[in-house]
Amino acid sequence: MQRIGVFVCHCGTNIAGTVDVKAVAAALKNEPGVVFSADYPYMCSQAGQDMIKEAIAEHRLGGIVICSCSPRMHEATFRKTAAAAGLNPYMVEIANIREQCSWVHKDMAVGTEKAIILGKAAVAKVNLNTPLTPGQSPVTKRALVIGGGIAGIQTALDIAEAGFPVDIVETKPTIGGKMAQLDKTFPTLDCAACILTPKMVDAGQHENIRIFSYSEVTAVKGFVGNFEVTIKRKARYVKEDVCTGCGLCTEKCPQKKVPNEFNLGMDNRRAIYIPFAQAVPKVATIDPDYCMMLKSGKCGVCSKVCTVGAIDYKAKDEYIEEKYGAIVVATGFNPISLEKFDEYAYSQSKDVITSLEFERLTNAAGPTQGKLLRPSDGEHPHTIVFVQCVGSRCEACSEKGKEYCSKICCMYTAKHAMLTRDKYPDTDVYVFYIDVRTPGKNFDEFYRRAVEEYGVHYIKGMVGKVSPEGKKLHVQASDLLAGKQLHIDADLVVLAAAIEPDRSARPLATMLTASMDTNDFFTEAHPKLRPVESPTAGVFLSGACQGPKDIPETVSQAGAAAAKVIGLLCKDHLTGNPCVAHADELMCNGCSTCERVCPYGAITYVEKEFRMPDRTTKLRRVASVNEAVCQGCGACTVACMSGAMDLRGFMNRQIQAEVDAICK
Amino acid sequence: MKVSYYPGCTLRNKARDLDIWARRSAEALGVELCELEDWQCCGGVFVAARDEIATKLSSVRALAQARDRGQPLVTVCSACHNVIKRTNQTLRTDADFAAKVHNYMAQDPNPIAPYTGETEVYHYLELLRDVVGFDRVRAAVKHPLTGKKIAAYYGCLLLRPGKVMRMDDPENPRVMEDFIRALGAEPVVYPARNECCGGYVVLENAQSAEKRSRTVSASAAGHGAEMIVTACPLCKYNLVKSGSELPVVYFTELLAEALGVKEESYAE
Repeated sequence: MQRIGVFVCHCGTNIAGTVDVKAVAAALKNEPGVVFSADYPYMCSQAGQDMIKEAIAEHRLGGIVICSCSPRMHEATFRKTAAAAGLNPYMVEIANIREQCSWVHKDMAVGTEKAIILGKAAVAKVNLNTPLTPGQSPVTKRALVIGGGIAGIQTALDIAEAGFPVDIVETKPTIGGKMAQLDKTFPTLDCAACILTPKMVDAGQHENIRIFSYSEVTAVKGFVGNFEVTIKRKARYVKEDVCTGCGLCTEKCPQKKVPNEFNLGMDNRRAIYIPFAQAVPKVATIDPDYCMMLKSGKCGVCSKVCTVGAIDYKAKDEYIEEKYGAIVVATGFNPISLEKFDEYAYSQSKDVITSLEFERLTNAAGPTQGKLLRPSDGEHPHTIVFVQCVGSRCEACSEKGKEYCSKICCMYTAKHAMLTRDKYPDTDVYVFYIDVRTPGKNFDEFYRRAVEEYGVHYIKGMVGKVSPEGKKLHVQASDLLAGKQLHIDADLVVLAAAIEPDRSARPLATMLTASMDTNDFFTEAHPKLRPVESPTAGVFLSGACQGPKDIPETVSQAGAAAAKVIGLLCKDHLTGNPCVAHADELMCNGCSTCERVCPYGAITYVEKEFRMPDRTTKLRRVASVNEAVCQGCGACTVACMSGAMDLRGFMNRQIQAEVDAICK
Repeated sequence: MKVSYYPGCTLRNKARDLDIWARRSAEALGVELCELEDWQCCGGVFVAARDEIATKLSSVRALAQARDRGQPLVTVCSACHNVIKRTNQTLRTDADFAAKVHNYMAQDPNPIAPYTGETEVYHYLELLRDVVGFDRVRAAVKHPLTGKKIAAYYGCLLLRPGKVMRMDDPENPRVMEDFIRALGAEPVVYPARNECCGGYVVLENAQSAEKRSRTVSASAAGHGAEMIVTACPLCKYNLVKSGSELPVVYFTELLAEALGVKEESYAE
């Protein structure tokens, strides 16, 4: 039996207004183990805390119960008070008699009765409390950023600037991501490359940043502060440290018919290629699907023309292992496939294009050197129809498209429409929309300029069908405000396809045990208060992998994620939460149920030798909890059928004692 | 194999071609179409009102008969197929509707056991694609229609509503094109292939329906088709009536021709 002290707080009139605090203190005095009981107007005040400290010393208290507000408010305060008086902080229990009692009751008698019961439950629990000591784990002072788009680049730069080493892993041969493909950026219309490429160069040259391009993460082990990551460096058949990026090989390669993914297949590249002029690292890559030397052993032109001997046809995939303290996910997005939206005839006509393809068509480094020409015949289009929300804001039951708003389409469509009218005043530009959503600094002004100054025809309503007839695209649509059907013969139709998380996100989430929503966007730890942290400790989120975002928002989130990583890497040790799960190995039957329900991947199974009654040893499979990873949610304790799993600080028998006290 | 067969009224009159060549071709492909006994008109239109029961009872009787025979139910007319498949789906998903249907059916002189959507409903094209297989159809072709450029016309009833019909992508279908390829001909893909022909609007506003149908046939002709095939008697009626410059035939007739079971002597 503990020697227990009870402290009942008035909280001014917050509690004392509906709870007879003196009666509560008197009633709890008679509970088993209680040797001291008192009330005080503000227990959290310095005087109140001093009173607790004195009582602990004077009455040699082994445990205390504070009847006050929610533990979310002041549990930490009272734990510190206890620790200052030499008591283990986990010997403190809070009975919440404010939020769950005085605030919700009006009748003094009822409130008092409930407060006494809550106090009794807390006393019953403290009687079974044991001192707990949090463990400590070291922190590896290196961060991993997965994804080398603007989100990953910005996060890496911010972490590197704070003095910590960072590695960027990017699946493509260069960093830069989607932003590198864009022409201009809204709402200022500065060119994307002009503002992105200096950052790419910074990242490439920073002494604290290593870039693993053409690489992917294949395995993640460990936990916050101590991740062990396997990175696959795909064979690029060009020695990265030797290649000077002169580009001679990419001019001489005889294989000219490789669809150029950087221009979304609208032109061709060679089998050996550098995605674009400002690529970082500026190193050539051989595409093994098209290289004749790799496929049939006949060619070798690139090797002959390379003056530095960088070509290596015998290169193999390599795996490297590295330790990290924190991981930032920045896997980004892709436009959805338009296969299910063939009413817009995307598969039937080359002149029906996506907005990202439009970016390439208007980009000076694109397939048409920035001239807006129809992909089918290279003629200048005179009537252009933009369709917004293609696959965004679909009904859940429609079985095609996404329910959410893709957020960026209204703004980039306004940008496309405005730039088209600016460059080609002879064009008629129509934009079909469900709603125009342009919140954001200078965003609505931007959209209104498109309508008012540039004469873009904005029409509320959706396009029902696009029919390629001859050289024209017959667009059938409804004008909801005029209440009539429209028929437009267009030369070019641009579809603002919804965006979805990159496909690599799902397997990565499994490796990281980070949770995702039904759309495969990573879930944040708290939608408002912890937006850049994943619920998995040590995993942070940057950019569109967490939800649709434009560039300014992505960069803000990238910086926020970096700040969180820096905060973590600054620590030499991490103090754990001692209220974690613990498996009683003698009771564990090895069923794996706890492993499956654990949302944090904290439970593994180990083979262990046990002594049997007849002095033989037996190998058994038992659960083992990694205390640094466990968040103490308790899911495993409920799932465990043999009762082997228990949560320290919230043991089954402690909770049972509380229930018994309440029901007595 | 044996399947239950629901021809529908039009196939006894205007659309006898659709019916007869379906039967002959099935025979040639080793499928026995067992016509239901005492089948009744499907009503022609699936009434979307949730409390409309009576017009759907003929479909329920047909479905229940097929269930009692332990056979899937095959239809060939787009309209019948639409009504029967949607009725079946409603019975599967709406318990309230199923209960009301059963209350009606209990008044029949020989009431059937309650029916809740157990029967599988196939359109004849689905039968060819999913049960027989287009490969077997291709192998059975005796007179390949090589070189013929044929436009498949789906209309609306065959594919929509897509979630209920579950036959093909309503916006980018391929079942009829694959069928045409299996017969050795060349399918012509044109934008109006899944547009409406005007349907029953022809009764109220003939001009409007005519305009719709003309759009379809002109689109097919404009993309180089020599012929239009359809599964729907109403589509055929509207296309022909609107003066389509291309011949309009039922897909079953084309099938019978390729399989070599079409007798030139057959006449209306």
